[in-house]
Amino acid sequence: MAASHFALHQPQSLDQALDLLEMHRASVRLLAGGTDLVPRLKVGALKVQNLVSLQRVPGLGAVAFDPAQGLVIGGTARLSQVAALPQVKSLYPGLAHACSVMATTQIRNMGTVAGNLANAAPSADTAAPLLVYGARVTAFSKAGERVIPLDQFFSGPGLSVLEPGEIITAITVPPPAPKSGSAYQRLSARSKVDICAVGVAANLSLDGQGRVVTCHLACASVAPTPLRCLQAEEMLSGQAPSQALLERAAQSAAAAAKPIDDMRASAAYRRQMVEVLSRRVLVACLAMAQGGAA
Amino acid sequence: MAKQIIELIVNGVSQEVAVHPWQTLAEVLREELNLTGTKVGCDQGDCGACTVLLEGRSVSSCLTLAMEAHQRPITTIEGLAPSLSELHPIQEAFVQTQAVQCGFCSAGMIMSAKHLLDHNPHPSEAEIRQGLSGNLCRCTGYTKVVEAIGVAADKLGGAPAKEA
Repeated sequence: MAASHFALHQPQSLDQALDLLEMHRASVRLLAGGTDLVPRLKVGALKVQNLVSLQRVPGLGAVAFDPAQGLVIGGTARLSQVAALPQVKSLYPGLAHACSVMATTQIRNMGTVAGNLANAAPSADTAAPLLVYGARVTAFSKAGERVIPLDQFFSGPGLSVLEPGEIITAITVPPPAPKSGSAYQRLSARSKVDICAVGVAANLSLDGQGRVVTCHLACASVAPTPLRCLQAEEMLSGQAPSQALLERAAQSAAAAAKPIDDMRASAAYRRQMVEVLSRRVLVACLAMAQGGAA
Repeated sequence: MAKQIIELIVNGVSQEVAVHPWQTLAEVLREELNLTGTKVGCDQGDCGACTVLLEGRSVSSCLTLAMEAHQRPITTIEGLAPSLSELHPIQEAFVQTQAVQCGFCSAGMIMSAKHLLDHNPHPSEAEIRQGLSGNLCRCTGYTKVVEAIGVAADKLGGAPAKEA
């Protein structure tokens, strides 16, 4: 690696990590899995004098599910760990899908969910499913703990509300509602390996009469940040989920998207695919929610 | 910044090596330990030629800083064969099915196959293809590689799985 020379700090505790961030605040970045950071350092796209690795901080690497608390994903938990947890597969299938098809096996064995969110790419594959599941980000700094709802986390391409000196220690996801269904679907060029060109996640719950209680819908790669489609969500709330209504909600999601042309897809294609994928994930969510009732 | 001494445990052998913080595991394996079986293709984590096992998991050694591998067991392609006169069953299968063309991707392909078969001893063809999705062959010799991994699964024990 030639382009960038830096010091690598490997703290053994969260307090040490916070001290190191403070001490080197003029030029410091956190290192988790390294799958986004290291390539940028190699080509000189990022210059930094200090890296603080979180890999040897104890207690950050676990993924655990509890029926009362929901899912807790530690700050250094890897994508492959999340994909492998049986309760993620059964209760959070949209997240399981994102964590099992994005990138490559090698990258999923290294990259972390927290890093995927902290990089704040509009295309972040875990963001859309975590948004529809109502995830919250727990961050620690010298000032203490802060909990940030994920729908208030992203502020622009590559930007989040995380402050310098803050470390994501966990992502928490509430337990799924009864009679609910969720899904995530994505499109990318090189099979599933390439960065996603369009992705849509939804999470829908039904009441005893089969009406929608709540529906959350979120898209990847079609706006400056991962995007919640609030109008589509409102259209579904409290309604009987007819095919025609799902169709109109999908059209609303496409209208809410603010896609751009780039090397992965044209804006027009992306907008059209938001509608197609929204329809598909809503149909899948509804079938799963209704199946749970039977 | 001065080099730092770390302990790398490669193929069961522990050794101290002086590294710069910005050196990758791939660089250190090849240039400091002379383990040149691990290849560097894209050097960006896209091609899989540099795949090694770190604590039993396949990783891109070109994206792993060497210092992060301190005291964590590493397996490279040199560590698979049980002795100098034998091959590992996955390597045997690659030879038997002629799954090697130029050979540059082979070490990474075999390490990805090792990870796959360690976690899923009876993969379907679709699962084999999925398991290799992080490895590129510029000769495009995928068909034989997929076949080889099926043969390797049989050699390692157990009947081939039915297509899901």
